[in-house]
Amino acid sequence: MAAQPTLLFTYFSIILVFRSIVVEPPSFFNAIGNPRTRWHPNHIPSGGKPMRKPISTLAPAVAALCLLLAGGCDKESKTIKIATQSPLSGATSVVGSDIKNGTQLAIEQLSEPLTKMGFKVELAPFDDQGNPDTGVANAKNIVSDPAVLGVVGHYNSGVQIPSSEEYHAANLCNVSPANTNPKVTDRGYAEVNRVCGRDDVQGVVGAQFAKAKGMKVAYVLHDKTAYGQGIAEYFKKEAEAQGIKVVGFAGTEEKANFDAILSPIISAKPECIYFGGMFDQAAVLFKQARQKGFKGMCLSDDGFDSGDAAKIAGDSLQQGAGTYFSTVSGPADIYPDTAKFVADFKAKFGNTPQPFAAQSYDCTAILLKAIENATTANGGKLPARADVAKAVRALQNFKGITGTVTFNGKGDPSLAKYFVIQVTSADPAKWSANKIDQILSIAPPK
Amino acid sequence: MRPFMGSRNLRQLLLPIGQVVVFVTGAGAICSLVMLLLALLFRGSAADQALQATQGVGILVYTFNSLPQVLIDGMTIGFVYAAIALGYTMVYGVLQFINFAHSEIFAIGAFCGVESLIALNKMGVLAKASTMGAFMYLGLALLVGMAASGGMAVLVERVAYRPLRNSPTLVALISAIGVSFALQDLIRLTESLTTGQFYRVIPTFGNFDDRINLFRLGSKVIDIQVKSVVVIIAAVLMLVALNYLVNSTKVGKAIRAVAQDKNTAALMGINVNAMISLTFLVGGALGGAAGVMYALKFTRIDPFVGFMPGIKAFAAAVLGGIGNLTGALLGGMVLGMIESFAGAYLGTYTMGAFGAEYKDMVAFLILIVVIVFRPNGLLGEHVSQKA
Amino acid sequence: MKESLKSRSQNLLDFLNRGRTPYFASIGLIILGFSLVYASPRSIPGFLLFVFAASSIYWLKMNRAVQLGLAVFLAVVLVPILGARNLFYLEVIFQIAVFSALALGLNIVVGFSGLLNFGYMAFYAVGAYLWAFFGSQQPYLLHSTVTTKALNTPFFLAPDWFYLFVFLGVIVAAILGLLLGLPVLRVRGDYLAVITLAFGEIVRQLANNLDKPINFTNGPQGITPIQRPTMPEGVLKLFNQVIQPVVGHRVTENQAYNILFYLIALLVVIAVIVITYRLDDSKVGRAWTAIREDELSAGAMGINANKLKLGAFAVGASFAGAMGVLFAASRTFVSPETFTFLQSVGVLTMVILGGIGSITGVIVGATVVTLLNIQVLQSFSLYLSQLRQSDAVFLGFHWKNLSNQLDPTKYQRLIFGIVLVLMMIYRPAGLLPAARRKRELGGEPEGESLEGKEA
Repeated sequence: MAAQPTLLFTYFSIILVFRSIVVEPPSFFNAIGNPRTRWHPNHIPSGGKPMRKPISTLAPAVAALCLLLAGGCDKESKTIKIATQSPLSGATSVVGSDIKNGTQLAIEQLSEPLTKMGFKVELAPFDDQGNPDTGVANAKNIVSDPAVLGVVGHYNSGVQIPSSEEYHAANLCNVSPANTNPKVTDRGYAEVNRVCGRDDVQGVVGAQFAKAKGMKVAYVLHDKTAYGQGIAEYFKKEAEAQGIKVVGFAGTEEKANFDAILSPIISAKPECIYFGGMFDQAAVLFKQARQKGFKGMCLSDDGFDSGDAAKIAGDSLQQGAGTYFSTVSGPADIYPDTAKFVADFKAKFGNTPQPFAAQSYDCTAILLKAIENATTANGGKLPARADVAKAVRALQNFKGITGTVTFNGKGDPSLAKYFVIQVTSADPAKWSANKIDQILSIAPPK
Repeated sequence: MRPFMGSRNLRQLLLPIGQVVVFVTGAGAICSLVMLLLALLFRGSAADQALQATQGVGILVYTFNSLPQVLIDGMTIGFVYAAIALGYTMVYGVLQFINFAHSEIFAIGAFCGVESLIALNKMGVLAKASTMGAFMYLGLALLVGMAASGGMAVLVERVAYRPLRNSPTLVALISAIGVSFALQDLIRLTESLTTGQFYRVIPTFGNFDDRINLFRLGSKVIDIQVKSVVVIIAAVLMLVALNYLVNSTKVGKAIRAVAQDKNTAALMGINVNAMISLTFLVGGALGGAAGVMYALKFTRIDPFVGFMPGIKAFAAAVLGGIGNLTGALLGGMVLGMIESFAGAYLGTYTMGAFGAEYKDMVAFLILIVVIVFRPNGLLGEHVSQKA
Repeated sequence: MKESLKSRSQNLLDFLNRGRTPYFASIGLIILGFSLVYASPRSIPGFLLFVFAASSIYWLKMNRAVQLGLAVFLAVVLVPILGARNLFYLEVIFQIAVFSALALGLNIVVGFSGLLNFGYMAFYAVGAYLWAFFGSQQPYLLHSTVTTKALNTPFFLAPDWFYLFVFLGVIVAAILGLLLGLPVLRVRGDYLAVITLAFGEIVRQLANNLDKPINFTNGPQGITPIQRPTMPEGVLKLFNQVIQPVVGHRVTENQAYNILFYLIALLVVIAVIVITYRLDDSKVGRAWTAIREDELSAGAMGINANKLKLGAFAVGASFAGAMGVLFAASRTFVSPETFTFLQSVGVLTMVILGGIGSITGVIVGATVVTLLNIQVLQSFSLYLSQLRQSDAVFLGFHWKNLSNQLDPTKYQRLIFGIVLVLMMIYRPAGLLPAARRKRELGGEPEGESLEGKEA
């Protein structure tokens, strides 16, 4: 909008003209001997020193402001933006950055249909800092940008829940790669979806798997985050229902030193340790448990699906009764799409994708497809946000790299397919060759 | 800093070892006694019955059986805390100021040590190394970490603290917080620009993961990991060296003089700035070594790794009486023991109502109680009002 | 260079402060800022100009009544209109208000009475959890876990209890402040820092862990939904009738709630500012200063240091308690992640950056840090990311090739840390230092200084 610099200019002109005429008469008045203070009895003249022309001070400021304004207000109506919200700073940014990177990769690879229609698809990454305050502020920022048609995001359910209130109010579609908390979709918002499983699905998967493996005694740990605790609670509930004895249930924020926690675990002699949380803690825990002489089975969730787990824990993952984890994305060696994703991701960003990167790739793919459908339905014009949200729900059997997704009425994947995968190598590079032990399909609770 | 009487070098070498033994056994014995007393009290309680049902042993036997392992764990982590706490306490002793950035200095040491090991691993020398070779490489990594941390600490002092030397402590403290933030992201920036990711995993090499059997207790074998032994020995060596440096050398005397009175020390011909830099160098190097040991023991590091150990070590330093070298050791030991005991027994004794998640809280609570009843720490001396 | 910049800005200020110019300048700036933001609600420079215009009311010399009138008009009429057009700015202003109140509370403890507090977020947490507990279904869910939460649990209290709880939050936080103050009386300086740090950490961990044996806080899952005060149907309708033509679209209930919370936050902040001003000028404020400067001498002058220190803790905490209640209601969600040590340090930073002990300074500090945090750095990152996705070339450098690792949002703490260090070295008293502090730190010996430089 060109109106702004003009406005600004007008304003300063008015001020200057006004000042020179009314407040401070031009200098030739002074020459005649008109006292400067004529209009202001309480004005103190600046003691003999000639006053600097304030205009010279103002001019650069005005110029800078105009420049800023000109830069800040160009508007493109043919741009579609996909926003991401994840922690990009702080300790959880390892995962958060890759949620952003997954989306970036998807936009680069999959926006061609929209580009052909004449739109430019852009990524708008936001850093929610894992903090609800920042998340909500960003959400409002995102909502206020009419070019944003979808949000991929949030790593912490604690940030997603308050932020999605804003998306809901603005009919903006949010597809979440990582928020497994049941409350995320239980509110029944038409705009909020997720491609990952719910805690009450994944925890159940883990427990059923443990039962199938003949486990009788389990010890359940979690990382004291909403994610890990939720899964662990549901694991415990299902395990007890299946007749597995849960001899301990504890949470810990510890990231490095599990010695103190392991002592009671070892003496409780469980056959299986279940850890709800991310690989960076789980792998360290499993390694230290093995070193303390634990011989049973280690079991974890989709937060464990990272080659770096093997890097941390080395061959201790194969010792004893082995290490297993449940995940929605199959091992890359068997699923060519996943393999391609991993290779592309590595080539672009230089590291193996962390957990939830593949999910965020899929979220973006779903959003792009839905926007494309809605645009077509809208006759090639930019669709309304509510239509995009509807189009996302309308997608049937969308084939992504983490499975085939159809959303149910609440926004959960209507049938979550879980792979339970056994870690077969200590080499991080061979993470993609891990063995599928079981495939479980399970519907979310109504 | 607490002036030590006597100047016999041998005595200065032996004294800290004696202190270590006294503190470790003392802290361990007191914690064990308290625990056994609690076990006696809890006999016949619901927790006891639950243990009888699940593991077939009473609470007293259970507690007694797991004691050695808990003690060893507590001791190991206690030494790590002590090594970091020494850095806080050194700086505090000389400048009366909390070096908030010490936890990041620690992280820098960890990163540089681990990076050098990763480089060695890439060259293929680590995999082929013999047991002795592995120890040598670890020593090398320790040196690299110490050099990096020490250098960084000196640099930080020069840039961010020296200009503020005569300002109120609060100003310097905020500057330290600023440095701490900046360093965290600086590590992250360098790591992610060079490697694409910002956390590192220490390569597996040598026999550090093996366990040494110590003795049998009934049917249970009590053992200790080689790396725990390495951590303990390295920490004790550092402590001895530091004690020698501060109390038996000319430089140490100069540092102590600066700690007591900067102006007078300057009048005596001591280069105050150089001595303060040296203090930061030594404190930083100790932190760096602690960082490498921490990485060795706990495998994975990221730029934010220093935060928790930093706060705990800081608490340990205060617990022991900040500014007091021996106090840092005692504080670290007590804190490590408390954490280990709380983590191991809390869940069992309360039948899962309060589990291991409260271990940090118990440590902090005890810290508060100690400071309230001994406002200058366990071994602290009177601190003047404006400290 | 520095001097000339200073004299230049002084000249400019003199120029603007002459006669009737301030009235025109201020009103003109406000009109300009308002119309800019109104015309393009997403323009960041426009918004910054608007914030600048708002602040001009304060630093331009005008008739008190006119200043007050302008400020009220700006806060009650203009901001809600802009807020309804772009909720983000309303949120920014809301957060500025919240953090200003927090920073002012901490300022009483740290700035006025010189007691270092690293656990300030604990009081905020207590306020937030107070309303989160009573204003949600939680009291009926004491024995449920994540897996057994009953559907259709009724709410414990009616939503309009909220207003009472703002005051309860004040009282409860103040009591907690007293409790923390009691042991703290015995310790000084750095030991105080450690104790408050430990206290803050304990409160956070309690919030995180008290989901068993009795489920008070719902642990890491957090409590949701939390009720907001009711809005009578008529209000929204009336509001829409008045404001719809100005805003240009219908104001939804959500937007109206945002405006409501902004207004409540504004009220609380004004109350806080008034109380702080009165305290600062009162006998109590003088006594706090005396304690800060020299506790022994203060005692010798008959000041009961213990009582006053406790008072400082209680008053400081109470502000945070009130804001906590407000926060819980406005977010309808509370979880322990909000109340970390880093947040406490963040508030401390606002106090120190702005000017410790100076009320205006602290508000400026809160504003600057909040703006940097949620607006300026984020937008800069977005801008970079846009450049990266475009074909732009700058001095032969293809923006496309800019490393993904170089994102200002990612390195916020780096920027922040460097700013802090530089501030401490070059402007240790803060952006707008308190007069006394300025003298103390010996920036320039001001003519009117009676005390001279202190060591």
